[in-house]
Amino acid sequence: MTEAAIRSPRPSLARFGVLAASTLLLGFLALPFIGLLLRVSPGEVLARLARPVVIDALRLSFITSVAATAVVVVLGIPVAWLLATREFPGKRVVEVLVDLPMVLPPTVAGFALLMAFGRAGLGGRALAALGISLPFTTLGVVVAQVFMAVPFMVGPARASFASLDPKLLDAAATLRARETFTFFHVALPLAMPGLLAGVAMSGARSLGEFGATITFAGNLPGTTQTMPLAVYVALQSDLDAAVALSVLLLVMAFGLLLGLRSAPAGSFWGRRDARAQSR
Amino acid sequence: MLELKVASRLGTFELEAELDVADGEVMVLVGESGSGKSTLLRCLAGLLRPERGRIVMDGALWFDSERPAWLPAHERRVGVVGQDVALFPHLTAAENVAFGLRAQRTPATERRRRTAAALERLGIAALAARKPHQLSGGQQQRVAIARAIVLEPRLLLLDEPFSALDAASRRAIRAELRKLLDELECATVYVTHSPAEALSFGECIIVLEAGRVSQVGTREDLMRSPRSPYVAEFLGVNLFRGTLTGPEPRGAGDRARIALPQGELAIAERGGSGDTAIVVRPREITLALERPTGTARNVFEGAIEELVPEPPDGELVRVSLATQPPLIAEVTRQAVSALALAPGRRVFASFKAAGVIVVGEQGEPPLGA
Amino acid sequence: MNRVHRRTLVLVASLALLLGTVPAHGAADAAKPLEVYAAASLADAFNELGRLFEQRQPGIRVRFNFAGSQQLATQIEQGAAADVFASADERWMDYAKERGLVVGEPTLFVHNRLVVIVPKTNPARIGRLQDLAKGGIKLVLAADAVPVGRYSRTVIRNLSRIEGFPADYAPRTLKNVVSEEENVKSVVSKVQLGEADAGFVYRSDISPAIQRYVRLFEVPASANVVAAYPIARVKDARAPEAAKAFLDLVLSPEGQQVLERHGLMPLAANGP
Repeated sequence: MTEAAIRSPRPSLARFGVLAASTLLLGFLALPFIGLLLRVSPGEVLARLARPVVIDALRLSFITSVAATAVVVVLGIPVAWLLATREFPGKRVVEVLVDLPMVLPPTVAGFALLMAFGRAGLGGRALAALGISLPFTTLGVVVAQVFMAVPFMVGPARASFASLDPKLLDAAATLRARETFTFFHVALPLAMPGLLAGVAMSGARSLGEFGATITFAGNLPGTTQTMPLAVYVALQSDLDAAVALSVLLLVMAFGLLLGLRSAPAGSFWGRRDARAQSR
Repeated sequence: MLELKVASRLGTFELEAELDVADGEVMVLVGESGSGKSTLLRCLAGLLRPERGRIVMDGALWFDSERPAWLPAHERRVGVVGQDVALFPHLTAAENVAFGLRAQRTPATERRRRTAAALERLGIAALAARKPHQLSGGQQQRVAIARAIVLEPRLLLLDEPFSALDAASRRAIRAELRKLLDELECATVYVTHSPAEALSFGECIIVLEAGRVSQVGTREDLMRSPRSPYVAEFLGVNLFRGTLTGPEPRGAGDRARIALPQGELAIAERGGSGDTAIVVRPREITLALERPTGTARNVFEGAIEELVPEPPDGELVRVSLATQPPLIAEVTRQAVSALALAPGRRVFASFKAAGVIVVGEQGEPPLGA
Repeated sequence: MNRVHRRTLVLVASLALLLGTVPAHGAADAAKPLEVYAAASLADAFNELGRLFEQRQPGIRVRFNFAGSQQLATQIEQGAAADVFASADERWMDYAKERGLVVGEPTLFVHNRLVVIVPKTNPARIGRLQDLAKGGIKLVLAADAVPVGRYSRTVIRNLSRIEGFPADYAPRTLKNVVSEEENVKSVVSKVQLGEADAGFVYRSDISPAIQRYVRLFEVPASANVVAAYPIARVKDARAPEAAKAFLDLVLSPEGQQVLERHGLMPLAANGP
């Protein structure tokens, strides 16, 4: 046997396997998107954009997902911090609760929301006393989006907080910093890449939310028909409109994920990658 | 003035310690890893709550299990500098130093003044705008020290601050820190596993073994009468374990002997038998180029392995000998040049039977000291 | 050849063998299932017809896809493997016919009428159809593309023209629409759950099970629409023989009886 043959066999097969798996998976993921993009020209997409139905859906999607993401961030970060830094009775239950929307089929989630916040539900009746009704309203859309997007924020945020060097948090404490000060001046800045990833994921999830929205909030152009719902409706009668809307959604989601994921990791604190740094 | 008395469960053993440190005093805490030093420090810092005990700082109650009372870390005037620097990577050196001042809402002008002064004090004013990853290990430690002292703590805790540095940086910064500590008015607890550091920093040394204080005293106390094998080993005295064999009539008077794996030693009279540890202080060992004929009962021949000048100024030199058993002798610089001692040279090391100290296990006082 | 090449060859050969066995398995199964794409409102009736069909024709399984007719037409256009298409209006059957998706002339096989339902609790206190124009009513309709959605809007317009209803009944009522569902069953469920105040559905949707949760309002015959359901065989069907047999069953007296039992109106009993 030649020296090359002695050296190569095992690593070669493993490398081949990894290459094959990657090609298969990436091809599988890319093909539907490429198929969509090939189906329609940019001109057609722009032409469809002018239609009121599309503009309504676009505006609605934008407003609701921004609002939903904001709610998820404001409510989710403290919960993530608590989960990452404390033990308390019932912590297991909280963890499961926070993850639940991710494993629930969206339509089931929408139905559950209806049971809770619909006219006859406990929450619904309480809100009705305040004059707020959720089903069939834009607010209901936001609620559905928040419900489904929470795990996508809390998960990455918690992991990010948990990976903070506890010595830094201890050091802050010995430097007279109360927990809130440490949170805002040490934890938040250092966890930022992970938090932004969470924002991107929950934002994208809100943008693409369909099942819970249509079941809980209904489907009315201008009020509750977000982009995904508009695509669904268009699919049934106007295929070209459906493709144009889908491409639009695709571009928005792509931009969101790309933008929020690539910016911070490289520039923060002069480290190229947390893992690349030797400690 | 720090008064501490704590007891707490620590893994497989109990931590039980009692110590007092006066203002301006530096107490050195010494012990193996896992002996409880870092735990003790965390209790002092307010990061860990012990099960029982009391910690009082300047009359203020920091911890009392009876009341109960517990002052959390951020309310204690304590400064901590650890082995891993724990500088905030996203802040510049100056911002790191100013961190605590910001946390206590010090007004901006005062903050700037004190930060600049602290940086100046540690000689790193020029590095103010750099981020930690742009600083060397030594520079980072200086920032950490500046960050701690800018808050004028009443208690300063240093947990093996230089162990991660290379020898040269270590020597340089150690000298500066020594000077700095002399000027500070706070009580300082300095943890180290380096004998050289312990000897150069500690007026008072406290030894922790398996959670218990095995010895407290000045370096002279410890070197004169080490109470445990660990203390002896730590200070670099020659420590051996062997079997005590009963007195035998040999020459003038009764003598006892210790049988070591590598040979036998004659020691001063003592009763009993069995496994024992003994110590030979390096100072007791005399070196000669020819076999001595005097009263010394223990003579060993071997080659010199290493000559290490002792800090701080190398007046005394430690000589490692490849004898059986291996010995460390301490001689003057003059002796070294007089005998032209160098690695590889064969010499005779000798010491009297009376110079051998029998050491008890921890807690037991030594015999024949 | 060296070890790498040999291993790769073995891997590829095993894969080929594995894949090779699959078609063999498929070829052994001669009888293909009958795929029936039918409007959602036909679900209960067709399920029973399907069971009947399977009894009569052992060896053939019937599989149903119930959805809004607009959705089915589009799916067939996209190449879905349907054998039979039953639409709730002629509009979507014409759509399919224009695109050459069906074989021969479609046949009308059953009729349906609309009714208005409100939840049993009647949260909006609706006492008569005129009340649907009141402000703040949560009315749920199917989307216009869905047959029953278009029918509903026609009925609403018709109502505004007959005596007893105000001239602006249609615009006011249509303003009360809070959601446009994609099939009639979703409309039923929104009313059943009590979320909607009222909804327009088919009479055939009022099964005994639904009856427990809703109250019915009849639509005057002069304003109501008669929904005509056409059925046809799909072109390039995989099971054309079975498709023809199914159509025969649907149009047979027995089939018509089944339809009638489920609230639909067979052809013979048609009439305003």
